[in-house]
Amino acid sequence: MFDAMLILIRRDLTLAMRRRSDVLTTLFFFVIVVSLFPLGIGPELETLRQIAPGVFWVAALLASMLALEKLFAGDFDDGTLEQMLLAPEPVFVLVLGKVLAHWLITGLPLVLLAPLLGLQYDLPGETLQVLVLSLLLGTPALSLIGAIGAALTLGLRGGGVLISLLVLPLYIPVLIFGAGAVEANASGLGAAGHLYMMGAILLLALVASPLATAAALRISAE
Amino acid sequence: MSSRLVNWFHFASPATFYPLAGRLVPVFAVLAVILIGIGLYLSFFVAPTDYKQGDGYRIIFVHVPAAWMSMFIYLVMAFWAALGLIFNTRLSMMMAQALAPTGALFTFLALWTGAFWGKPMWGTWWVWDARLTSELILLFLYIGYIALQGAIDDTRRADRAGAILLLVGVVNIPIIYFSVKWWNTLHQGASVSMRGDVRMATTMLWTMLIMALGFWAYAIAVALKRVRCIILERERDAAWVAKLPEAQA
Repeated sequence: MFDAMLILIRRDLTLAMRRRSDVLTTLFFFVIVVSLFPLGIGPELETLRQIAPGVFWVAALLASMLALEKLFAGDFDDGTLEQMLLAPEPVFVLVLGKVLAHWLITGLPLVLLAPLLGLQYDLPGETLQVLVLSLLLGTPALSLIGAIGAALTLGLRGGGVLISLLVLPLYIPVLIFGAGAVEANASGLGAAGHLYMMGAILLLALVASPLATAAALRISAE
Repeated sequence: MSSRLVNWFHFASPATFYPLAGRLVPVFAVLAVILIGIGLYLSFFVAPTDYKQGDGYRIIFVHVPAAWMSMFIYLVMAFWAALGLIFNTRLSMMMAQALAPTGALFTFLALWTGAFWGKPMWGTWWVWDARLTSELILLFLYIGYIALQGAIDDTRRADRAGAILLLVGVVNIPIIYFSVKWWNTLHQGASVSMRGDVRMATTMLWTMLIMALGFWAYAIAVALKRVRCIILERERDAAWVAKLPEAQA
């Protein structure tokens, strides 16, 4: 069962490596959005330090949402998705594999790049660690929750805008605790509570979201 | 099925539900007019002026019932969606779809009247209070559902995709509510509290309840009316629709 998942992950990673621009687009979107804020708000480091948690998390939210559209679209167009749904393996596991691969391609680079951008916002070292940790816990949850939206809007006209409408409200808890963790650390309060909450959200999403996504895929591929 | 058993699915068929809804709409419409009429009279002329908030507080007789309804209707929609997914009944999905605009309307009304209440009381149209924020997110959820329904042409797919979205939303609503609440209390102390006077006069409470019942009747009447339209639209090729007196006329 998990062999199928690993094969799927390897296949998706290979596909992504063959077409690197897709991966880089999301990453650069994140970089550009984060870099735009100082230009819009002004270069005072004091202000930047204050808004950094919010900016990073909103940018991560948007970047993750931007990448969602491609999560199932390619497989849906060439019929692979239909074969996956027909396969003897549970769709739950296949969805989990797809989402995991998607996170490795679009989420992980963003997490790794965040500390570098955090330096631009003059965040101290410890806060940078919390930022990375919160992104590490939060971005997989974003991918998991977003997968439901991606599956529901598969093959619809105007799917991209629709996804944002469906998914962004559901992202709000992740945003609150993610940005909250960074801010709590920056202001001297412990970030542990927020990080535990994010862990809880991630676990809940890990269990519940593939089920909903699988059901949505069956409806969309009918 | 044995004739002694109640057939729970009798009215699950659009053909039997359509006339029933037709009979119920006027009942609830009249009920709504009467109740809201009484409620408005009470709220404007009978309920005492609040010693702290003056007459401006009277908008809560619309605001609070609207907020109740906005949350309640989402739960009812999710209930119909679950029923529709479990029993594969088309009518349940139509009910969910028919309720959505009314729910969104009440959510908007709650936000709008809340802003009108907030300006004289708090001195601002909007604060990022936990309740306001979660009500706003609820509005987004309603709009998302309506947009998803509108974007899918195939009604069967639209129904089931919408149902899944509703169920996901219902699981999320408590999480969203509590996260917003904690976020709010972490950011700032409760500078404004909606529970200024918990002990409200009994007339005020009764007025609010009557208004809530009136809104309830209104929501039922409008949803049934709308579900009749949806039934006609979807079943326009069915034989029983052609036999309807209004279709033959």
